[in-house]
Amino acid sequence: MSNPPPLAPPLLAIEDLRVDYGAVRAVHGVSLHVAAGEVVALLGANGAGKSTILRTISGLLRPRAGQVQLDGAPIHRLPPARIVRLGIAHSPEGRRVFGNLTVAENLRLGATSRPDRDKVPADRERMYDLFPILRERMHQVAGTLSGGEQQMLALARALMAAPRLLLLDEPSLGIAPLIVRSIFATLGELKRQGTTMLLVEQNINVALGLADRAYVLRTGEVSLTGSATELRDNYERVAEAYLGARQ
Amino acid sequence: MSPGLYIAQQIINGVSLGSLYALVAIGLSLVFGILRMTNFAHGDMMMVGAFGALTLGAAGVPFELALLGGIAIGALTGVIVERVAYRPVRGAADVTLLLTSLAVTYILENLGILLFTSSPHDFPIPEWLDSSYEFSDGQITFTQVNVLTVVLTGISLSLLGWFVTRTDMGLGMRAAAEDMQAANLVGLDVNKLIVVAFALASGFAGLAGVLWAAQAGVVEPSMGFTPLLKAFVAAIIGGFGSIAGALLGGYLLGALEVFIVAFLPSELSPYRDAIVFSLLIAFLLFRPYGLLRTTREVKL
Repeated sequence: MSNPPPLAPPLLAIEDLRVDYGAVRAVHGVSLHVAAGEVVALLGANGAGKSTILRTISGLLRPRAGQVQLDGAPIHRLPPARIVRLGIAHSPEGRRVFGNLTVAENLRLGATSRPDRDKVPADRERMYDLFPILRERMHQVAGTLSGGEQQMLALARALMAAPRLLLLDEPSLGIAPLIVRSIFATLGELKRQGTTMLLVEQNINVALGLADRAYVLRTGEVSLTGSATELRDNYERVAEAYLGARQ
Repeated sequence: MSPGLYIAQQIINGVSLGSLYALVAIGLSLVFGILRMTNFAHGDMMMVGAFGALTLGAAGVPFELALLGGIAIGALTGVIVERVAYRPVRGAADVTLLLTSLAVTYILENLGILLFTSSPHDFPIPEWLDSSYEFSDGQITFTQVNVLTVVLTGISLSLLGWFVTRTDMGLGMRAAAEDMQAANLVGLDVNKLIVVAFALASGFAGLAGVLWAAQAGVVEPSMGFTPLLKAFVAAIIGGFGSIAGALLGGYLLGALEVFIVAFLPSELSPYRDAIVFSLLIAFLLFRPYGLLRTTREVKL
């Protein structure tokens, strides 16, 4: 169930990535790739290293060894602001919207990295169409939004950068199931429009419902990989890869 | 003298003093907001600004331009200090930054002594500034320096208000103050924002220094120390890190100091600073987040 690596360099390629958190080895030897137009899920239990990988791609963490490449060029030594300008936007775990700023100001900051300022107003309208509740709350301070609304704002803020690759860290975390369904319906819509995503999720079902492919991580290593369809049909193997139960 | 006029006079005095405290406290808060660092060298930017204006004035530059020069020299010194002293230790333990800022204080003050000696210098002000308005037969007086202080503070604070609510960079600065990592993730250049924060904070301190010197009539290398402590109290009262809080705290503290002397029995006047610092302790004990700042845990 392996995927043959594409001939042209994929949009994102990670090779033998090793990341430490102080003395703790969070990621050891992960390789993965995301092709343009693809939605790839990173699954795994708490502490498996999923968020660490996303934070390394964004430049918040430096790898001890290995590479992160965008279009075949290494980016793992660049500062976060440069990486955003190269086209990678990150909607972080815990949403991290700017609670003292309004919804509109949060979206405005999401677009600060863009050179094509003239396209920003149209994109903002698109976000408000995608998440109508944000239009209603446009002038409201983001700290007063509900968890689900903040998640939509975090997503919209990342999309305002017009990214070529969207990193999503646990968009379902701590959010009511009904809102999760609505957010994932929107993500499905974005996927149809061609947005490339790397999605970290603990909720296997929603993640495999959206993704084309998935990697399952266990204690900092890839323990299983395959297409979403294959993984959906082999639920026990996924659970095993998750928890490390071996026969 | 009628009590109404007496109170009005004290309010004028309080607003004038409060303006200076607010200018200095806002700078402390701007830097603390973005770096989580108490910049003890902040008071010395007042000294640098005042001596800068003094030197320019001595060279024949008219007061209005020397004042602008004082602001610019303060801002420039702040930027240099950030680049040379603070940036290399950024990310180190909080106490490292704190000690570094104390070291910068000593270096700047001793540099001041080296260049200008430790004795006070007269700070000449032009004739138009050395006058006062009198109302009700001199029962209400405000000096031209008071007026200039309040007007320039008003202009500076309006510009700052516009900057932090209307410009990408100002919004970015508030965003970075709230969540540095998230600011990184939306592509804000945090280094640039920190430089701008230091330039603004130190420019405000430079302005406060020139106005302080104009009110006192003298400048000396240690002149920044007392205002720094007072601004620190003002910033804590308002909510450390909050711009609006520093503004509120500055004016409250200015009014409080003036009112202690004006309305309490004169035997209590010598205890003015003791009362002010007791208030600081009370705030730290019972309302450590100040009047305006709400508690919010930052999850990392």
